[in-house]
Amino acid sequence: MNKKEYQDYVEQVTPKVNGWLSFLKAFVSGGIICVIGQCLYNWFKSQGMMHTLANNYTTLILILISVLLTGFNLVGPITKFAGAGYLVPITGFANSVASCAIEFKREGQVFGIGSQIFNIAGPVILYGIVTSWFFGLIYWILMSIGMV
Amino acid sequence: MMFLKAFLVGGLICGLIQILMDRTKLLPGRIMVLLVCLGIAAGVLGIYKPLVDFAGAGATVPLCGFGYSLWEGVKGAINDEGFIGIFKGGFSASSIGISASLLISYLASLIFNPKMKK
Repeated sequence: MNKKEYQDYVEQVTPKVNGWLSFLKAFVSGGIICVIGQCLYNWFKSQGMMHTLANNYTTLILILISVLLTGFNLVGPITKFAGAGYLVPITGFANSVASCAIEFKREGQVFGIGSQIFNIAGPVILYGIVTSWFFGLIYWILMSIGMV
Repeated sequence: MMFLKAFLVGGLICGLIQILMDRTKLLPGRIMVLLVCLGIAAGVLGIYKPLVDFAGAGATVPLCGFGYSLWEGVKGAINDEGFIGIFKGGFSASSIGISASLLISYLASLIFNPKMKK
């Protein structure tokens, strides 16, 4: 079996996804999570919080809900339906952190939970910091020479 | 009205990423890194702030909103404190998201046990 044949074979056995259906599912479920976020934000705002603070509390509550769902083992069916609809919002990030922490509990506090909790969070934080640092440096240089 | 806008914009971001995932088979970790970097780039270009103003949680709840707030933090810190702000702003802006995820997940790992593989 040469490379081409193998690729054809892989193509053949990979389950076909219905593009529009999975788009629609992700769209609806992702939209619902954002609406929940908007509800929380509006409620915190109505308690007299400023924009940033209300956003922070919204993030906090969404993360809390998401980790609880992960802990009670309810995320499987949700992600199966929602796909990117659950992955893309902050809930997906919290889920990946929590599921790694719980999964590697057996391997101990330091090298189990301690390292694995950063399994997905680590790359996200690293590249977030690297990218924002890079643009920040350019911004600072432009600001120093008076261009912005 | 804000709810509808949040639903449409947030849903659209998720739907587009779903198409990308179906086409490219990228793993969730890579998708998240990509989203954060896209959010930062959109923040730099000044196109994410109008989106946040328009769609509220529809733009802040997806992970690209996390990237956007990282950039806003870096930019704000540079404006206030100059060079050292480049090293400070990112973490201070994302501190609540990161600390909350880590802390709550850690507590969860003490309470919950790994699921059995079915």
